[in-house]
Amino acid sequence: MWREHKHVFSISNVFKLKESKRAVNSIRSLVEEEDEEDDVEKVSWSGEPVGSISWSVKETESSIRSTGEVRDQSFPKIHTAPSLPKNSSGYSLSSLFKEHSEKLLTSLILYLLDCRWSVHDDVILLWQDYVSDWTPEETVKRMQQGKVYSLEKFRSLQDKLLLLDEAVNAHDGNVITAVLIYLKKSLSKEILFRELITREIALRHYIHYLKEIGEQKLLLMQYRDHLNVRDENKRRDFLKNCLSFPFSPDDATHVQDHYTLLERQIIIEANDKQVESSGQADIFKKYPRKASILNMPIITTLYYSCFYHYGESDGTFSSPANIRKTFRISDKQFLLTCLGARAKLKAWFDVDALFTTKNWLGYTKKRSPIGFHRIVDILQKNNAPVQVLQDYVNLVEDVEQKISLAQKYKCHDVIINTYRDLKDRQQLIVYRGKVERSSSEYRKIEEILSNSVRW
Amino acid sequence: MSAHLSYGRVNLNILREAARKELREFLDKCGGSKAIVWDEYLTGPFGLIAQYSLLKEHEVEKMFTLKGGRLPAADVKNIIFFVRPRLELMDIIAENVISEDKMHSPRDFHILFVPRRSMLCEQRLKEQGVLGSFINIDEYILDLIPYDGDLLSMESEGAFRECYLESDQTSLYHTAKGLMTLQALYGTIPQIFGKGECARHVANMMLRMKREFAGSQTQILPVFDSLLLLDRNVDLLTPLATQLTYEGLIDEVYGITNGFCRFLPPEKFSKMQLNSAEELYAEIRDKNFNGVGAALSKKAKIISAAFEERHSAKTVGEIKQFVSQLPHMQAARSSLANHTSIAELIKDITTSEAFFDNLTVEQEFMTGVDTDKVNTYIEDCIAQKDPLIKILRLVCMQSVCNNGLKQKLLDYYKREILQTYGYEHMLTLNNLEKTGLLKPQTSTRNNYPTIRKTLKLWMEDANEQNPNDISYVYSGYAPLSIRLTQVLARPGWRSIEEVLKMLPGPHFEERQQLPAGLHKKRQQGENRTTLVFFLGGVTYAEIAALRFLSQMEDGGTEYIIATTKLINGTSWIKSLMDRPEAQAS
Repeated sequence: MWREHKHVFSISNVFKLKESKRAVNSIRSLVEEEDEEDDVEKVSWSGEPVGSISWSVKETESSIRSTGEVRDQSFPKIHTAPSLPKNSSGYSLSSLFKEHSEKLLTSLILYLLDCRWSVHDDVILLWQDYVSDWTPEETVKRMQQGKVYSLEKFRSLQDKLLLLDEAVNAHDGNVITAVLIYLKKSLSKEILFRELITREIALRHYIHYLKEIGEQKLLLMQYRDHLNVRDENKRRDFLKNCLSFPFSPDDATHVQDHYTLLERQIIIEANDKQVESSGQADIFKKYPRKASILNMPIITTLYYSCFYHYGESDGTFSSPANIRKTFRISDKQFLLTCLGARAKLKAWFDVDALFTTKNWLGYTKKRSPIGFHRIVDILQKNNAPVQVLQDYVNLVEDVEQKISLAQKYKCHDVIINTYRDLKDRQQLIVYRGKVERSSSEYRKIEEILSNSVRW
Repeated sequence: MSAHLSYGRVNLNILREAARKELREFLDKCGGSKAIVWDEYLTGPFGLIAQYSLLKEHEVEKMFTLKGGRLPAADVKNIIFFVRPRLELMDIIAENVISEDKMHSPRDFHILFVPRRSMLCEQRLKEQGVLGSFINIDEYILDLIPYDGDLLSMESEGAFRECYLESDQTSLYHTAKGLMTLQALYGTIPQIFGKGECARHVANMMLRMKREFAGSQTQILPVFDSLLLLDRNVDLLTPLATQLTYEGLIDEVYGITNGFCRFLPPEKFSKMQLNSAEELYAEIRDKNFNGVGAALSKKAKIISAAFEERHSAKTVGEIKQFVSQLPHMQAARSSLANHTSIAELIKDITTSEAFFDNLTVEQEFMTGVDTDKVNTYIEDCIAQKDPLIKILRLVCMQSVCNNGLKQKLLDYYKREILQTYGYEHMLTLNNLEKTGLLKPQTSTRNNYPTIRKTLKLWMEDANEQNPNDISYVYSGYAPLSIRLTQVLARPGWRSIEEVLKMLPGPHFEERQQLPAGLHKKRQQGENRTTLVFFLGGVTYAEIAALRFLSQMEDGGTEYIIATTKLINGTSWIKSLMDRPEAQAS
């Protein structure tokens, strides 16, 4: 797709010129021998550069005006690039050289640059003047034909983009890549990426180029640009585009997940919005949605799903089970999120089911990947009633921790039963002093204390 | 307002005066009444140089904040823009100038660029067609701002990010320039030590600049004996730890900006300047917070005893003397009241379970306990959706203390963070990896324990009340950066070559020739003065540790501190996060 492209200052090796002092004199012979330029003995420019150029200008002065008129017709696109200098007078060096051999000038200048000495400013100006008349269209054509060209004259952003669009229109991968390399060198990354968002073909070439040279860092910057895309559908499409980037395997997974997530959120959002406004589902009536789910993190999305879409079959995009599987959510995270959502709805039956497992004999048992003391904290934060709380406090294995939790959340039964099982009469008597005389707890303690069989 | 700058070993008021003089000169260049239009960011740093009174003396009658549209009406001859060289600000200025009513009294425009002029900005003004409207375009070189009697800051927030993430070394150039200014005022610094890539760059630039100005050598007896340049990435650990000095905690909890701190209402002292000008503050700020209560109550006793003296005053002379001391005593009393309130606010936080748990984990990491396993506390914090910065601080700390995390562990943390806080944070995680704060463990073994043992980074019996070692500032952890400074002074870096090699970047020593006759003859027992420059930021706790070293009786060295910015773990991580504005709104 991309091969080293000829660049104006890098093809000087074509002109492996020997040093000599006959440059000025040999100009004419160069013109005559242009087809065999490689054989021509070329020479240094140590004579009188200014004089020589002005000499050439004088020599051809008479032919300038007519070419100037022709030029206007041959540059029909110039008005689209307002920052290109428009030569009002026909007195232009470039038109002069069109009359002559183009190779003459290029070989001359390249030679001078090659020698790295005494390149007079005028010569540079001459060169710039010469190439500055090439439109994006013409430049691209020259690139395709393998001729000498210069991109440096495309200075403004607008010019650069015209050039890029022209290159894309030419459908020549090499040209597009060459232009992109120039843009990468001369534009800030932010600006380049911003412009590439709207130019998909150019973007793909660029990505491929980055892949070739292994610039992972730039890929992430490209990805970062999704933050600037407001519309969710466009953002999704943008992320989809990013999927083909050669990220590191790690980053690639994350980008893939990000895309999948947004894609789903868009579907869920559209559906739920409609259901909510039609008033079909009770859950939305009872708990109206506070905000859209778009662009929320995956854990927040899972919470939302556990809140509004609990119990849906695994097949639906919005079901907790499906989300859990698709995004490889860890058991702990899943449990915590689910617990939070169901507790918020006071769906204690669902909470119970989260921990219940059946063994092969059919006995049920409560298990949790997280310590039950933390489960108790979460339930308490969601205002679970004491009846629910004490079930979980009872499951805390460490006795000391169990008692301190029970005291914190006033689960009297748990405390009393624990002391009873520990046969700690003293503690029971102390605890009796803490509960009200008329309460059922008090009566219960009394009963245990007076039951002589126990002690 | 600035007397506290001249009490220290080096009179930093000279630097402040030089900055003020330059400001006055510029203001006088624009003759007649004037209004200043401020780039809001600059008002903080300028506040450390000059008060409004100085501007008023030079006919500044109005001050505005820079914003688009038409400038507010003000009957003044000159409008002066004080701005950073930023293109977006140029567009606002152009808008101001263009919409100026030309029929109505014409006003003269001037621009003062801080800290440097920029061709690009002037070009932008030219493109907008307003460059010709400005009579004066000048620059105001504000590199090193005197922050306190022993502290200089460039107040450059982005310096760490620019140097270590974006490889933009402009701030290093400003650093070198600032150090040249300093040498012009305080004499050539004969010895330069350094550790780290950036330190090397700065030293090179300084030496080159000195060669270029070889003709204009200052004939000033050198005030500083040596300069130590330290890269922040030589010690990534220290800023991640929670500072436990009084000032450090104020910064951790409330944030200190440009020497001011905003406490939440209803405190009457909602915005307070914090520096050594306040006697009590200077006394307690560097103490471990656990020692602050005792210091405050001791102070309270002294003050009330002083007030009691009025009863014992019998003669007219005694009463007169008492009255003359009253203003000072009253100031001391109100200062005491303020700091007692602040200390109480902070105590509520330090005694909370959350603070304790967090600190426990930090200390486990710093002592090397289980740094290679999933930390359940971090896990719990993520599950509770605690602030992301808190999580990042802890994960980075674990990584630094383990010389990188095993790939599996790193991936696990990354996944948990991205799933809980959003995938876009992979950009931030990437930045942290690039700066080395977070990294996968390579095949090389964990060298942190070696560094910790050699430099004695963990002291079991740190004395918080009456410290005998710098480790008191983190209740056990001795900041690596300050240990390096301490060892350099005595016995010298040669003793820790091995450890220096484990830390990133080269270490070096350079000497600068002094003009004949300027060699200092040290008196018997006279202390050396060292300027320590932290490239990429320094914490208040590190400063406290250096002040502790300065005050040690047999220390032999006094330290002046300079930095690109005063930081803490939170502000530091924040500067490395990738959240374009688009996301915030």
